[in-house]
Amino acid sequence: MPETDTMGMVDDPLVREHRLKQQAAQEQRRDAVVRITRQTVTFVVFLALLAALYTGYKAFGQAIDDRQHDWAVVGSVLPRTDDLNMPPVSEIFGQFGETPGGQDQIYVKILFDEALFTLREAFAGFMVGLVIGMAIALALAQWRRLEQGLLPYVIASQTIPLIAIAPIIVIWGRKNFDVFPWEWQDWMSVSIIATYLTFFPVAVNGLRGLQSPRPENQELMESYAANWGQTLWRLRLPASLPYLFAALKIAATASIVGAIVGEISAGVEGGLGRRILREAFNYTTGPDRLFASVLGAAVLGIFVFLVVTGVERLVVGRQNRGATA
Amino acid sequence: MLLVFVLVAAGCGNDDDDASEPAPAPATEAPAPAPTEAPAPAELVEVSLQLQWVPQSQFAGFFAARDLGFYEDVGLEVTIIDGAVDIVPATVLDSGAADFAISWVPRGLVPREEGLNITNIAQVFQRSGTLQVSFADAGITGPDDLEGKLVGNWGFGNEFELFAGLVSVGLDPQSDVTLVQQDFNMTALINGDIDAAQAMIYNEYAQVLETINPDTGELFQPEDLSVIDWNDVGTAMLQDAIWADADKLETDAEYRDIAVRFVEASLRGWIHCRDNFQECVDIVVAASPPFGGPAHQAWMMNEINALIWPSPGGVGIMDQALYDQTIDVATSQGILQAAPDAGAFRTDIAEEAIANLEAAGHDVFGNDYARRTVEVKEGGE
Repeated sequence: MPETDTMGMVDDPLVREHRLKQQAAQEQRRDAVVRITRQTVTFVVFLALLAALYTGYKAFGQAIDDRQHDWAVVGSVLPRTDDLNMPPVSEIFGQFGETPGGQDQIYVKILFDEALFTLREAFAGFMVGLVIGMAIALALAQWRRLEQGLLPYVIASQTIPLIAIAPIIVIWGRKNFDVFPWEWQDWMSVSIIATYLTFFPVAVNGLRGLQSPRPENQELMESYAANWGQTLWRLRLPASLPYLFAALKIAATASIVGAIVGEISAGVEGGLGRRILREAFNYTTGPDRLFASVLGAAVLGIFVFLVVTGVERLVVGRQNRGATA
Repeated sequence: MLLVFVLVAAGCGNDDDDASEPAPAPATEAPAPAPTEAPAPAELVEVSLQLQWVPQSQFAGFFAARDLGFYEDVGLEVTIIDGAVDIVPATVLDSGAADFAISWVPRGLVPREEGLNITNIAQVFQRSGTLQVSFADAGITGPDDLEGKLVGNWGFGNEFELFAGLVSVGLDPQSDVTLVQQDFNMTALINGDIDAAQAMIYNEYAQVLETINPDTGELFQPEDLSVIDWNDVGTAMLQDAIWADADKLETDAEYRDIAVRFVEASLRGWIHCRDNFQECVDIVVAASPPFGGPAHQAWMMNEINALIWPSPGGVGIMDQALYDQTIDVATSQGILQAAPDAGAFRTDIAEEAIANLEAAGHDVFGNDYARRTVEVKEGGE
């Protein structure tokens, strides 16, 4: 589009429309910046409050010497406050900048690399889970009989403890998954565990979403003689998106949990799961590192949540946000 | 609209994926040594070994054999597979997902009794590394002192020696002591939540010594602790051994031949670690970042060597008396329903292996082995 409109000399409705659009986009961007800034500030303030609460409780426990007194709450129901049980906040955050013995990188860099490793497992599992979950939702939405027959099993699948299936999947994968054109690696087995946690919310919410259009909308599509595919594409899938994104937010964080648990359970080296296991083992000599590594896992969980939220904004757009927030 | 979504998701996905590319070069899966472009004419046979736990000096001999080319010398290319919280080496071995496995003797015999088709082909560790550790001022020096105490243990089959030790002095583990499930670290002991903690001499015991004593501001000292050693009480059970597929050894001559070569090169690794202490510590630390830093691995290497050496019958050869003691404890504790049949272990493979090693001039007994002094550092780093 020509930029002559900045001179104010062209009075073309198309140009005017373009200018209005630009303005709107600019406002949207400004809104976004304000929103993100506000959210970030809220987050940081809240984090600081939590740290203050932690520190305050610790100071209180130390002041009353909770180790010597048999208080009913402090040091019994709530944790003891010495440095072994509650390392100071400064030490937990200080860990991030330190270089563990035998390593040549600072801790936060190590955690970052491990988070990427876990993210890869979780992301692969998430995408496969998304596809499987949607396939199940479509099948169940299409055939009601199937819903009655299959849904109980879909639900039952989530009651099997991960620690029971993780080693089975890993051993199975090493032995039997050489059918794939690529070399099967243990982290892919961990992805299957992430898939296992991911497909369920997608299937259940996807089904609800696909069934969500009101009967009159369905009837309208029928009156247009729309076929199954057209009804799906123009009515049911769009209607399912808000439900789907609600599920994807759960699924994204669940895929991280699945990846971490899977790593611990099945013995995969390189990610946050192994890191947390390691720091739990070394808790006696370095409690602050366990706290720091768990914080790292939390940051990863928040990150994937934000990514899904961002995609949702792009896809569903502003008008639907109220319904899904 | 869905198409849009999928594209966006996929696009975003690719970003994520690209971002994860520079991730820690997946040094994860059993870091096999780059097969040097075969100067040897014979092709290496690929073999996998399932460990009982994550890489640490407890398995130094195997890593040394891999990294120093001992396996290659006998025509093998060995992939070492990490153990994990929920991985049972015996099961992995039986499923065929690994060719050999490292397992404590009871943890191999129990699944074997349940029908797994495995056998112990080399008893690497000649003594048990399990202790019950308490602070010296608690005055717990023998199993009888545990009466009425809070006694930590890890469960999952790690408690057998403790229970047998209690029974040996007339105490009932279920009623005469209070059993406390303990994490795989020593926090509960230092917290005072338990009176005596279970500890491996090469791991958790060292963790205490690597911790600052809040009362003194210095590291805890061995004098601060008292230790019940199940080897002395007489209820010790045999630990790390190499296990193999029992039927396959009988029916598959090639597998048996591989087993001999595997055991030979592995034991050579252990002999090397006895004689080249620091090199093996470095190999372990380089293999993958171990739990516990370099100083902790040095401590472990020293103690592991002491569990192996001296090997009165030759390294890897089952000590019949200790085996009988292990079975006694296992059957008296109801861990095993009955004493296992003769197929539970065999010494022919290890005997062939050490004959080869002796012919090559290696000392397979280590009669003059003595522990060295290892510097303890805070946090094992």
